[in-house]
Amino acid sequence: MSSAPHQHRHDDEHHRDQEPGSPLTDTQLRVRALESLLVDKGLVDPAALDVLIDTYETKIGPRNGAQVVARAWVDPEYKKRLLTDAGSAIAELGFAGRQGEDIIALENTSKVHNLVVCTLCSCYPWPVLGLPPVWYKSAPYRSRAVIDPRGVLREFGLELSDDVEVRVFDSTAELRYLVIPERPAGTEGMSESQLAELVTRDSMIGVAIVKGPQQ
Amino acid sequence: MNGVHDMGGMHGMGPVVPEPNEPVFHHDWERRAFALTIMAGFKRWNIDRSRYMRERMPPAAYLAASYYERWLWGTERLLLERGYVSAKELESGKAADRPSEADVLRAGEVGKMLRNRYAARMKDELAEARFKVGDRVRTKNFHPVGHTRLPRYARDKRGVVYCDHGVFIFPDTHAARGEKVPQHCYSVRFEGGELWGPNAGPRDAVYIDLFEDYLEPL
Repeated sequence: MSSAPHQHRHDDEHHRDQEPGSPLTDTQLRVRALESLLVDKGLVDPAALDVLIDTYETKIGPRNGAQVVARAWVDPEYKKRLLTDAGSAIAELGFAGRQGEDIIALENTSKVHNLVVCTLCSCYPWPVLGLPPVWYKSAPYRSRAVIDPRGVLREFGLELSDDVEVRVFDSTAELRYLVIPERPAGTEGMSESQLAELVTRDSMIGVAIVKGPQQ
Repeated sequence: MNGVHDMGGMHGMGPVVPEPNEPVFHHDWERRAFALTIMAGFKRWNIDRSRYMRERMPPAAYLAASYYERWLWGTERLLLERGYVSAKELESGKAADRPSEADVLRAGEVGKMLRNRYAARMKDELAEARFKVGDRVRTKNFHPVGHTRLPRYARDKRGVVYCDHGVFIFPDTHAARGEKVPQHCYSVRFEGGELWGPNAGPRDAVYIDLFEDYLEPL
């Protein structure tokens, strides 16, 4: 059945599995065996795998969350809805579903800085941020975010003063958290789509602030 | 279980190293392992069961593995444990037989499955709330060998109920038996000093989503 290697248009020189002519690693062989077996057994549809991969590589990612944040910055009524029922407010923009069935929005202010982690695994709000980056799932972040959040933020280049309250949210259940970063100064004249361009993934996890166009 | 997956508060793991312009996947096998894990589990086991399996990866292997290597390991073990495949089949990649009936999600149904907004939440009337916002609580001191979502760093600690999220499937029994026990889940605020003593930063707090069974009134 489907034992031929898969070719994907996203592959490029840098991310190819191995150099031409070099043997496949044990992991690559196991993944290939698993796929050919499950397809052979009729337990998975290979075309469904392709749709799933394409969805998270090209459709669902942090640009979704950036649109939510930008809308909250320009529309106070929307922001109110976002902070009281984030799931519905986010669904207004067309984003909802797996690993974000119940989302809570956390507003960062000059007095309170929210930061999100999952110390037990890798819980992350997929519909608005896509799949998590490697550092978010890594032992250094998962171990330190709760005990030394200010030290972690410093590694991301963010130094918070002692009078700012740091709130770390450990995603230990099925609630998923989206940080609404502070709108930077000097953005008063910008449109919603221009604002969305400024919003970074890291700022919506809470490890960064959003910088204005001049910063 | 007191596994190495329960990392909150551990030392010695090194600095956080973000990768600029990180791609969603770093290798083609990661794409396939990600999608295979989700599709293999479709209607066959629940997410708490998947998490519990990955937690049982031997600690040295867990720490040495990359993220999708852990997913691959967990998916192989779940398929074996549930009898969907044999070790020989996994090795060869060839089926010795085919199941007569299989729930398979087709490509055209993936979008609908991903947009589903109802997963772990259950109806509010299925469970009464023992705690309310503002209640002072203490987390239990327990060390189950099974799955739990009360991290070790937050056991036997005092906190305050910050909000009641409503009723969700209790993960501990969901992982063990697939049973959907309805239970209130709360966001509980813990002051940094309560968790870490003098090592806590100034004005730091940790909010943890905790099920009612993890909490006692204070």
